[in-house]
Amino acid sequence: MENEFLTTMTLTFELAAVTTVILLLIGIPLAAFLAFSKTRFKSVAETIVSMPLVLPPSVLGFYLLLAFSPASFIGEFLTSHGVRLAFSFEGLVVGSVLFSLPFMVHPIQSALSQVPRSIFEASYTLGKSKIETMIRVILPSIRHGLISGIVLAFAHTVGEFGVILMIGGNIPDETRVASIAIYDEVESLNYAMAHQYALTLFVVTFAILLIVYTLNKKSLEGLR
Amino acid sequence: MISINVTKTLNTADGVLNAEFSIEIRNGEFLTLFGPSGAGKTTLMRMISGLETPDSGVIEVDGEVWFDKSKKINLPPQKRSIGFVFQDYALFPTMSVRENLLFAAETEEQKQGVDELIAMVELENLANRLPSTLSGGQKQRVALARALVRRPKILLLDEPLSALDPSMRQKLQDELALIHSRLGVTTLLVSHDIAETVKLSDRLASVVSGCIEKLCSPMEFFSPQTLSGKLQLIGEVLKMEEDFPVTVVTLLVGSSVVRTVLSSEEANSLSIGSHAIISTKAFNPIVIPVKH
Repeated sequence: MENEFLTTMTLTFELAAVTTVILLLIGIPLAAFLAFSKTRFKSVAETIVSMPLVLPPSVLGFYLLLAFSPASFIGEFLTSHGVRLAFSFEGLVVGSVLFSLPFMVHPIQSALSQVPRSIFEASYTLGKSKIETMIRVILPSIRHGLISGIVLAFAHTVGEFGVILMIGGNIPDETRVASIAIYDEVESLNYAMAHQYALTLFVVTFAILLIVYTLNKKSLEGLR
Repeated sequence: MISINVTKTLNTADGVLNAEFSIEIRNGEFLTLFGPSGAGKTTLMRMISGLETPDSGVIEVDGEVWFDKSKKINLPPQKRSIGFVFQDYALFPTMSVRENLLFAAETEEQKQGVDELIAMVELENLANRLPSTLSGGQKQRVALARALVRRPKILLLDEPLSALDPSMRQKLQDELALIHSRLGVTTLLVSHDIAETVKLSDRLASVVSGCIEKLCSPMEFFSPQTLSGKLQLIGEVLKMEEDFPVTVVTLLVGSSVVRTVLSSEEANSLSIGSHAIISTKAFNPIVIPVKH
């Protein structure tokens, strides 16, 4: 029993951590595109990124499930390359990345669009390329936006339920995360166990947010 | 020698403006672009720096082509030897004063020059402070020093002092003049401050609606007539008090308020807010310093 609890909690935070790292890598370029691009395609991209905010998770989960199934074009392609996404940890990562995308992209995008144009230009006139400017000047100065994005994406992935239920099921040590476990324990009237999961999530999430906001406030004061 | 011959269509507040700039800047000179807002002064500077692209034309610096539309040459700002000082300073907020300068340095030699530059703008005591803890004048000094780190061929100053209070402005003007005479870097300044222009520049280019109307010394521009024995001032009418048969007119000349008595007839041609020339015979005017 105790072992199962630990396995589930580890899996939950592992999923959140992997998702957050991937989101950070794709979120920064995507946010930069949304903040600075002037193409017409931008509104379409913005809409797609924001969809998970309003769409019921079951809708996203349903379509992902269809896409992952070996009967579909994508699923067939993946299966032929030895990748199985339905009811697997990798599939959960893909679903979580899509589902938490706006939580990473929006804070970074809004922080980026608040950086004055002249900061970029000053760096260019000092001989620095766009990429060097981004890494050495811009990212350090929007770290509050990055931290918000990381925290929100992490916390949102920990709390995810609908998508995981649809595409992951409830396989211990593979797709059984804490939010699913709570539902499962309650269904089998095992309230004590449900409490253990729920309270752990509650405390851990509270602690993470508290630490980050305290640190963030200090670093912001340093910049002012 | 910097020779510029470019055109660009600008979208200004007053509609579309077809700008056409043609100018030759001598090496080592201090040239001020003077003129009303929206005339294209800043755009010209941005085209020289590569931050904006002209529609057509050529920009050549010491024989090196920076832009040539017909040959499809357009060096990015990174490849042009420029120092740009922005109106809003544009300091990097997470770097200290010294780090801001070191960021610009590319060679060992430039890195070693950083401390000298910090000393030149008198910021030794603040070298480890973050920009957010500095005053406006201090920030602008950092921006100026940072723009000089790479020993640019041209220093571009886009209204660098406009956000500062008058006394700080004056101090920085003195420093700018000193730095220019010490380093001899070709300097382009955008300004609409007469005092600043007269004090700093070797030549003045008057920019009016997208072209350079006049290129001459600042003295020639601001007082075209040679010594005529007449003192002429231009003022704005603030107040008119009718006291028949005369009218007391209050004018703002520069930052001084002047009151004068006119006949009601003379005053008829004036109205509040209009501009008027005050002229008086002054063969031998008295000029004495103001005590603060």
